[in-house]
Amino acid sequence: MTGRGTGRPVSRRGLLTGGALTASGALAGAVAATVATRDHSAAATATTVGTLVEPFHGTRQAGVSTAAQAHACFVAFTLRPDPDRAVLGRMLRLLSDDAARLTQGQPALADTEAELAVLPARLTVTFGFGPGLYRAAGLADRRPPSVAELPPFAVDRLQPAWSGGDLLLQICADDPVTVAHAQRMLIKDSRPFATVRWVQRGFRRSHGTQQGNPTQRNLFGQLDGTANPRPGTPALDTAVWSTDEAPWLRNGSTLVLRRIRMDLEKWDLLGRTDRELAVGRRLDTGAPLTGQAEHDPPDFAAVNGAGLTVIPDFSHLSRAHVTEDRQRILRRPYNYDEAPAADGTADSGLIFASYQADITEQFLPIQRRLAERDLLNEWTTPIGSAVFAIPPGCPPGGWIGQQLLG
Amino acid sequence: MRTAATPGPRRRPAALTTLMATVAAVVLGSAGCGSSDPAPGAGPSSAATTPAGPITVRDPWVKAADRGMTAAFGTLVNNSDTDITVVSASTPVSPMELHEMTMKDGRMVMQPKVGGIVVKAKGSHVLEPGGDHLMLLNVTAPVKAGDELTFTLTFADGKTLQFSAVAKPFTGAGESYDPGHPSMSMSPAT
Repeated sequence: MTGRGTGRPVSRRGLLTGGALTASGALAGAVAATVATRDHSAAATATTVGTLVEPFHGTRQAGVSTAAQAHACFVAFTLRPDPDRAVLGRMLRLLSDDAARLTQGQPALADTEAELAVLPARLTVTFGFGPGLYRAAGLADRRPPSVAELPPFAVDRLQPAWSGGDLLLQICADDPVTVAHAQRMLIKDSRPFATVRWVQRGFRRSHGTQQGNPTQRNLFGQLDGTANPRPGTPALDTAVWSTDEAPWLRNGSTLVLRRIRMDLEKWDLLGRTDRELAVGRRLDTGAPLTGQAEHDPPDFAAVNGAGLTVIPDFSHLSRAHVTEDRQRILRRPYNYDEAPAADGTADSGLIFASYQADITEQFLPIQRRLAERDLLNEWTTPIGSAVFAIPPGCPPGGWIGQQLLG
Repeated sequence: MRTAATPGPRRRPAALTTLMATVAAVVLGSAGCGSSDPAPGAGPSSAATTPAGPITVRDPWVKAADRGMTAAFGTLVNNSDTDITVVSASTPVSPMELHEMTMKDGRMVMQPKVGGIVVKAKGSHVLEPGGDHLMLLNVTAPVKAGDELTFTLTFADGKTLQFSAVAKPFTGAGESYDPGHPSMSMSPAT
């Protein structure tokens, strides 16, 4: 069944050329074999958004510094009672195998809708471990210390329905059908081990709508993520990836996931000038109010004719600003837009996903400053919160979590 | 590594392709025990290699089941120039039969496949729910999701092939077994 797409003579020859067989696990071998056989037919396939592939195997997980795909689904799970270390290992081997195949455009084993798997559209599946997973494994001492429930903030209106979780799968692709199929397959294989706690779906502009990889716009119309460390720079590595000696931490990261409700009704009451003062940037270009272009450095000392700072000290830009690479966070947010109420009141906001090497050292100082005094708090409300460790990646034949549980 | 992960068409260096192709999902001549977990982090580099056999099993899996009947699936690939017939299959956790699906009295039922499963020269044969499959008649211990089971295929010439298959949660393949066991059916796995 899963072999249907690879049953061509040319593919079989690919399998043969290697010659040797191994006594390795079936998962490892099967993945490698299908990937190898697929390559022969790929050359004949025209490149479309659908055929683009992100790697799954590697020292670090994909889906973090990967250029953000258009569609995302965050699925948080609650582990069933008494999942010991061996059970967690079985679960993560199954889910890793699914992710390894699906991200490469291969049906998962026992995939009942194999035809939906053939267009990966840059699919990534990123695993996050909540504090409860470390407890269940009896390995609380291996939990990254900063991966713990966040302290309460005065602005929070957190709902259990959007908070917590023992395991997270962040599923991203440039095609929503691909995301739906991956989600279905992964949830089916998680069922013996866990229940679905919550699902958050988000989106950005579609692949190809804009040139390059511009900063995304949230549903307030603001550019969101201008201060991010740039992809492919040492600054990003410094901000995001752990250099800890422990193999279950090194090349891992942490994720803070906050569901931020954005009050579009109240935002409508603001004029353009007030909107720009609230954030400290121009809405059109995203430039700081003291600059011309999005990435111009802000001048917090500049004053206007009235003697006031051009960028108000209560603005989002002022409160969130950091100068050191090690203080930065990598924001990888997605918009959400659920059905409005009968009177038209929007249910919209941001799935705020922040990656950093250490939550306590990087996310929390920024969050404290924002919670204390950020004019945007007038229009935004955190209604969900969860924290996860992002374990390191795995090599071909390996599985996510093997450094921790293996 | 990920930072350099620019999207591009599916392409892989030839050397890597060859390396990966050596990792077919087949175990030859090693006596494994059923439902044991593989060594942590066991990868292609740590595995011993043996010469390629005439037949390989691609993408094998078995339906998880707490008790009773279940089945194993995958694709049998015949790399040789002659037809090969699988005459029996075995696993430590259950008696087994080779099964096929057939229409009987207006419904699909499974029954033993008389004469075995023939894999044509340079051909392949898909074992899948609703089609030919390797039937486990009565598992003696739960086959849990994520377990790995070892199977042995015996061919008409007496030669054998071992492979391991991972257990997947699967609610399909609930076929009825016709001859001899009218009351038995494959229950959904947990």
